[in-house]
Amino acid sequence: MSEQIIERPVPADGPTAKAPEPDGKPERVASLWRDGWRDLRKRPMFLISGFVILCLLVLAIAPGLFTARSPFSDGFCDLQHSMDGPTSGHLFGYDVQGCDIYTRTVWGTRNSIIVGVVSTILTTALGGVIGMLAGLWGGWADSVISRVSEIFYALPILIGGLLIMSMVGSSNVWTVSFVLSILGWPQVYRIMRGEVIGNKYNDYVAAARALGASPMRIAFRHILPNTLAPIVVVSTMNLGVYIAAEASLSYLGIGVQSPAISWGLMISDAQDRWLTSPHALLFPAGALSLTVLAFIMLGDVVRDAFDPKLR
Amino acid sequence: MGRFVVRRVLQAIPVLIGVTFLIYCLVFLLPGDPIRALMGEKQDPHLALVLRARYHLDDPLVVQYWHYISGVFQGDLGTTYTGRSISDIVAQRFPVTLKLALTAFAFEAVIGILAGILSALKRGKFADNVVFVATLFLISIPVFVLGNVLQLELGVKWKLTPVAGIEDGWPTSYVLPGLVLAAMSMAYIARLTRTSMIESVRSDYVRTAIAKGLPRRRVIGIHALRNSLIPVVTFLGMDLGSLMGGAIITERVFNLPGIGGQLAQSVSLREGPVVVGLVTLLILIYLVANLVVDVLYAVLDPRIRYE
Repeated sequence: MSEQIIERPVPADGPTAKAPEPDGKPERVASLWRDGWRDLRKRPMFLISGFVILCLLVLAIAPGLFTARSPFSDGFCDLQHSMDGPTSGHLFGYDVQGCDIYTRTVWGTRNSIIVGVVSTILTTALGGVIGMLAGLWGGWADSVISRVSEIFYALPILIGGLLIMSMVGSSNVWTVSFVLSILGWPQVYRIMRGEVIGNKYNDYVAAARALGASPMRIAFRHILPNTLAPIVVVSTMNLGVYIAAEASLSYLGIGVQSPAISWGLMISDAQDRWLTSPHALLFPAGALSLTVLAFIMLGDVVRDAFDPKLR
Repeated sequence: MGRFVVRRVLQAIPVLIGVTFLIYCLVFLLPGDPIRALMGEKQDPHLALVLRARYHLDDPLVVQYWHYISGVFQGDLGTTYTGRSISDIVAQRFPVTLKLALTAFAFEAVIGILAGILSALKRGKFADNVVFVATLFLISIPVFVLGNVLQLELGVKWKLTPVAGIEDGWPTSYVLPGLVLAAMSMAYIARLTRTSMIESVRSDYVRTAIAKGLPRRRVIGIHALRNSLIPVVTFLGMDLGSLMGGAIITERVFNLPGIGGQLAQSVSLREGPVVVGLVTLLILIYLVANLVVDVLYAVLDPRIRYE
């Protein structure tokens, strides 16, 4: 981030008028992304959220860099210190089992990030592929797929999560990500299908077809690039949503299970003693809120940069 | 218009049947045997057989579902394995969740739209920035954290609201839980209103109205607002269903005896009909709300006609 970022004065929050002009030529498509990227780099909110997310990624990959203790080692928890407040050396205090909250909060980052990233990738892939097929096929296949998507769309995420998680039995970050993707794909599907239908009657698609391009080539070379911007935007915004959803499921006792560490689980455990010792709840809650905040801010700026229509 | 409503209702039926069947499958696939769980330590093989026959537990999934759904169409939601009528459970639990969701709905509609209008009219000014930061925080802080913090501050420390439970009835007991449940959607509505309000303030018909010399209050309140409410109404309609579903967390924080707790309990007891009944009601509300939204479009925007 040492390069010079602001070359010229930026109009504060001015409408960056920019017509997407999807005309199918690769150069133009690339320039939409380049415009977006240039726009993005100038926004302070992007730099702040990007920095926080970078820190979170480092925390997730190498929690050992930030704390000398491991929450899975013997003697990590000491019941004598149960619910003790913050002291020097144990900045966040202890939880009910006498475990150091700082260490557990640091190690909990990984599970949150994994669920956020994996669920986002899975929903994008699933919704994107199904939406592309439904949009291209049209007709009765489209109707059937759309009705099926409505069934999943109508199921509230927590209720559906409660049912599927109870059915799956084993609860870890992977099953949670899987469940969130099963319930989340219709959102991406709707956008993808709409974009494909909006694009497939364009002149350049007709031209490509007249020139003898195969359906695969038309789908990937001509239609897909023009649908990517809204998909990228909604997927970025979903990152924070899925991280919050994992915490909610774990809070309800149907997400990640102990001994795995999840901020939602830590908050749930701390809730019973919240009135007497709030520190056990506030630190994991703060970490969770900061993480969700960073991803929501990232989603906001990515939307502003790549999809001016949605603003 | 009439034809449109009929078509939408017909479209909703396969979705409703699909959802109930999906949920039925999920409950059917839950590990464990409900009758064994019911009897606990005193297992009686003969009684177990009787009960299994009464509740069609040894039939294939599709047959069980058929028994269930044909009962539903005759207005019978079935009984739990302990013989309690599910309609009773619904009658007892559902009003709590419904009151909570409607309270939240009122909060998010009123506060969200007002904040959005304020933000749009003061675009780029201090008030706009305050609303923006507030929405960012409301979206980021998870419901259960916000609930716990407000419960401690307003309920325990300042004693402004009841801490938990519904002894004080509506509205007293529902104000704080409703506000907490509404928080996130409120932020989305404020943002949505701001965006679409800014758009319509710039539009030609608003300029015309100003040029005609209409008072500002009328231009903003009638010409601009009515048009910019269309996306907001869509969101509100979709959101009623999510509020009912999201209430499960708020109910746990504030210890409200709504359907959330019942649902969790019934899932662990593997009481299929209870789970399916409750979730079906939730989805029914979601589908009806969506239908109402589609009809409301025509009221808000006379250009939209259903033919």
